[in-house]
Amino acid sequence: MMGEELFLQGNRAVVEGALYAGCNFYAGYPICPSTEILEIMSTRMPETGGTLIQMEDELSSIAAVIGASWGGAKSMTATSGPGFSLMQENIGYAVITETPCVIVDVQRGGPSTGQPTLPAHGDIMQARWGTHGSHSIIALAPSNIKECYELTVEAFNLSEQFRTPVIILSDGELAHMRERIEITDMPIVNREQFPEGKVSFPVDPNEEGVSPFPTFGRGHRTHVTGLSHTIVGYPSEDTEVQGKLIDRIIGKIENNKDTICKYEIINPDAKHLLVAYGIPARSAKDVVLNREDFGLFRPLTVWPFPSKAFIRATEDVKSVLVVEMNEGQLFREVERHACRAGVENVGLCSKLDGEMPTPQDILESHADMEVDQ
Amino acid sequence: MTHFKVYREDRWPHMFCPGCGIGTTMSCFQRAFVNQGIDLDKTAFVSGIGCSSRVSGYVYADSLHTTHGRGLAYATGLKLANRDLDVFVFTGDGDLGAIGGNHFIQACRRNMDLFVICVNNNNFGMTGGQASSTTLHGYTTSTTPGGNPEYPFDLARLAAAAGANYVARYTSAHPKQLIRVMEEGMNRKGFRFIEAWVACPVYFGRYNKLKTPVEHLEWLKENSVHIEQMKADGRTSEDDIDLHVAGKITVGVIRDAERKSYIESIEGDD
Repeated sequence: MMGEELFLQGNRAVVEGALYAGCNFYAGYPICPSTEILEIMSTRMPETGGTLIQMEDELSSIAAVIGASWGGAKSMTATSGPGFSLMQENIGYAVITETPCVIVDVQRGGPSTGQPTLPAHGDIMQARWGTHGSHSIIALAPSNIKECYELTVEAFNLSEQFRTPVIILSDGELAHMRERIEITDMPIVNREQFPEGKVSFPVDPNEEGVSPFPTFGRGHRTHVTGLSHTIVGYPSEDTEVQGKLIDRIIGKIENNKDTICKYEIINPDAKHLLVAYGIPARSAKDVVLNREDFGLFRPLTVWPFPSKAFIRATEDVKSVLVVEMNEGQLFREVERHACRAGVENVGLCSKLDGEMPTPQDILESHADMEVDQ
Repeated sequence: MTHFKVYREDRWPHMFCPGCGIGTTMSCFQRAFVNQGIDLDKTAFVSGIGCSSRVSGYVYADSLHTTHGRGLAYATGLKLANRDLDVFVFTGDGDLGAIGGNHFIQACRRNMDLFVICVNNNNFGMTGGQASSTTLHGYTTSTTPGGNPEYPFDLARLAAAAGANYVARYTSAHPKQLIRVMEEGMNRKGFRFIEAWVACPVYFGRYNKLKTPVEHLEWLKENSVHIEQMKADGRTSEDDIDLHVAGKITVGVIRDAERKSYIESIEGDD
């Protein structure tokens, strides 16, 4: 398929990316604006030898996806706002049991039923902290159709490498717009398997903090629980066991940010830095391409936030303006790093109505900051 | 010890209270399992949350102890991803009938290829004896101090009505019968459901004048009637478990059907 040119809708690009990455199990429930992923998977999964099941709700969809992963599958689900809320408890289960899987959240306006067919980025913090308890998470935000495809491949690779759920933060605009993309070769990562048979525990984590995966049905006789557990997998109320477990599952993401984080920087020497991700980054890019005094920092990895690269990008800038389709969810993360880097002027261009922020909106927000031009 | 053909010796003794019927159900299960000669290396156990869901942690096989009520959904994904695995689900009345009620009827409707054992102790034991969706009308729990104003689910009838292929109910006062229906279920396809009413003297019993295991077992035995006897007596299925109305729990094989299982349906007839 390399070099092939395709004209794809964002939701279809996610499906094709998933299949390229080796996804062979999909469970989902219809919800706008993610439904096409379920519909297209209904055809593509049988065609490619995988399994699809339409579950009774989003609670069971993510549960089936995690169960399938323990059965050895590369598994995925997709949903939107209300469904993403329902998935949170089981996402936490995937975190503590270190289960590779991919969750696509095609964001729409909220809270509650909100705007089912319009885009928003109101789930940025829910992706980070939606499930209870101390944890870390990987979340990726595509800005165009090519990235819908490529970041889905990347999401599977990261979930396999780090044995963790990975979230793709798409939105209603990306889901339904179409662009021409060229398919390029990408590496495929598969989880490291547990040694054959009944080996004696523990199998030590590698230098990244990740243990090999004891896929069910291969004679390992593993016990997996959402309770705090020892390295053998047995439940434990020992405070030291809990401390070590949580340290490691947070550390395997936070200590490997250099491997995980992807970002784009344009006009690095400009005076004013825009920070944008997802669909609003396209308007931010338009500003930057027309104004030499504006640069862009665009995290493709929203979580963990690429803080080191961002702090480097703020050197000698006079202002930072975050462009978001929410009330400033990534803004707070950006602001605290900007403050650490000594940038005093940090502003927000926020759109909450389901319309994309335009380049004009961004320039007006910048003018409102009253920074020295 | 035959127990440790199926259970993890390094996790013994188990956590269940003295007199709890989960131990009896586990014993029945291991006998049925060993009698059927099923390969533990080709078997996986899945459970949700609650006393009976802790059984998965004692089984010496691949086992997934999941979130409250969602065991059947996890098991569905696991079974579909590796169809060579025999997937068994241990659950309780709170896990299956209350928080997981929708997954229960949907998995029955699909006739999903799973073997499910529900240990029904008529209350939430793990959290200290609150009313569940199978607490009998008028009975006392820590959250129904004046008697339960609600009516209980008949889980076995619910499973049968929703489309499960094989459904049977007995109590922990009927170990031989439990072993027999478990073995029979292991030889059926699709959704197999065994409901085991068990003694919970520490919580349900304490509130309902069944404080000792013996009193609780005798209560189960005295209040059970075989389904064939029910039919002979001219009772209707509405009387099945509502002790307040009918005074009896129907036991026996409630349904034994041969509908195609989910996996047979998606794999076709060849």
